[in-house]
Amino acid sequence: MPTLEIEGRTFEVDEDGFLQDPDLWNEEVAKLFAKTEGIQELTDEHWKVVHYLRNYYLEFNIAPMIRKVCKDTGFKLKKIYELFPSGPAKGACKVAGLPKPTGCV
Amino acid sequence: MELHNLSKPQDLMNIDLNKTPETPWMDTPVNFRDGTYIYPAAGKNLKRLGLPNPREWSPTDEDWKLPDNWKEIIMKGLKERLDKYRSFRLFMDICVRCGACMDKCHFFIGSGDPKNMPVLRAELLRSVYRNDFTTLGKMLGRFAGARELTVDVLKEWFYYFFQCTECRRCSVFCPYGIDTAEVTMIGRELLNLVGLNINWVMEPVANCYRFGNHLGIPPHGVKDMWEFMVDDIENITGINVNLPINKKGAEILFVTPSGDYFADPGTYTCMGYLMLFHEIGLDYTWSTYASEGGNFGLFTSHEMIKRLNAKIYAEAKRLGVKWILGGECGHMWRVIHQYMETMNGPADFLEAPVSPITGTKFENAKQSKMVHIMEFTADLIKHGKLKLDPSRNRKVRATYHDSCNPARAAGLLEEPRYVIQNVCEDFFEMPENTIREQTFCCGGGAGLGNDENLEMRMRGAFPRANALRHVQDKHDVNRLLCMCAIDRATLTALTHYWAPDVSVGGIHELVANALVMDGEQERTEDLRGEPLNEEEEE
Repeated sequence: MPTLEIEGRTFEVDEDGFLQDPDLWNEEVAKLFAKTEGIQELTDEHWKVVHYLRNYYLEFNIAPMIRKVCKDTGFKLKKIYELFPSGPAKGACKVAGLPKPTGCV
Repeated sequence: MELHNLSKPQDLMNIDLNKTPETPWMDTPVNFRDGTYIYPAAGKNLKRLGLPNPREWSPTDEDWKLPDNWKEIIMKGLKERLDKYRSFRLFMDICVRCGACMDKCHFFIGSGDPKNMPVLRAELLRSVYRNDFTTLGKMLGRFAGARELTVDVLKEWFYYFFQCTECRRCSVFCPYGIDTAEVTMIGRELLNLVGLNINWVMEPVANCYRFGNHLGIPPHGVKDMWEFMVDDIENITGINVNLPINKKGAEILFVTPSGDYFADPGTYTCMGYLMLFHEIGLDYTWSTYASEGGNFGLFTSHEMIKRLNAKIYAEAKRLGVKWILGGECGHMWRVIHQYMETMNGPADFLEAPVSPITGTKFENAKQSKMVHIMEFTADLIKHGKLKLDPSRNRKVRATYHDSCNPARAAGLLEEPRYVIQNVCEDFFEMPENTIREQTFCCGGGAGLGNDENLEMRMRGAFPRANALRHVQDKHDVNRLLCMCAIDRATLTALTHYWAPDVSVGGIHELVANALVMDGEQERTEDLRGEPLNEEEEE
């Protein structure tokens, strides 16, 4: 299992750097993972997306549809890419500690 | 890996197909280069499925942590399969290495790697077969094209059997009808026996086994996604469409890939199904248990195909439906047409499918009891049951990508074209040696559609993209249509890289755009929420 070391803390991650154990996630962890995405500071707008994803995941065991993220946060897709340069699935979901989706996607 | 990390398209294609390798193929070791191989299955997924040798490992490691008796396991597995599948034994014996298949593979065309010639890909396994199972091979060894199975051979199998999308284009050109995809399938089965599998296949399989779909969406999650689409449809049409879920006693069970619920642009196609079924008043149901049309068992082993396909029929029985309607999925149709009856059949608790709207008997589906939605919709249109306004798709200049399995495994060639031409005014075919039975693969089927393999995907995508560019340049084509969820995901990367400005979508998205619904408000937006007319954009 690959590991990722950020500021002295070590996490088990998959090959693309997604956190393996979703239960380890908290806001401190989010800040550390944001750095791996090149995001130095999480603003209120970042947190709005991250908390939305996190809560959806805890309720439904899956990331929300991207269009639903846009609708429920009020951010256009372009804005989400500005906040998370790798995009909603690979960037925002990683910061929110969600696993990577697989299948016909 | 991301698209922007790749070389520019013109550099990626700077390959010399005439260059001869420096060493004979048996002496050329496999090179696990980033961007061209796939991550191994996580141990947890193998444990969930009860498959052998769960562990964490990487193809770039020297030690693959194989069981001590790995060779014995593979040889025993090979013998069993030679005895069980006559086709496989035939394919091992009959090839005369004529080379007709050589340049038919999209991965060979896009990579120039000789081991991606279908003949040589099969030879990777055939050489071991000759060595241990034929007199000539036993006597003459390498002179007879035989070689011993070693760990290096196993590594080569892993790399190249997961560099084949099982699309079967090569088999169209084989004078003996050798189905190289079946060789790949057996190759993967053998690898699975010692725990050599890829995560992009095994995680969907494990999810499907536990949750009913590849993405691992639990029932309330699936429901939430469908309800979101119902809301979107109401915004666009003013109509609150029916959403029957797990409805016992419905006439028809509808099954489609979970990619259609979850990921754009498949979601627009999924909205299309909902709108069509509402408009014709179909007595049907969605299921949160049989919530996946795809079957990644097909990319694992025959046993796994059977295990996953069983759920669709178990659910049909539980709900007491008459027959099953399947959505715009690709490889599902290979499973249903080629394997269903012998694996999970007979489905004698269901009835031979009859369209409740037109009365058409689907004779071709008498055995599987499962009808493809393109047959169903083409029949509706043919009988004049749908009111269609193709001008609502006037911004779309479409071409159609035949998905490998519906085209080559199920012969669905005319139905999609008939439907497209009834809902869209501007339709242009790609060159004839790249469509229908000769269609080129998207480059990402059979479990290869992941990001870590992106360079090889884009190489394999090149022949399809080249044909697409042709109609883009000649006819200003701006939409690549397909009826497969893997396509809808992988072709999006293909167009982004090779043919920017072409979008990808399913066919029922366009059907629903054109569908004039009873009591609808004036449509100003298409299903993507974009204005119907150019002028309205300003």
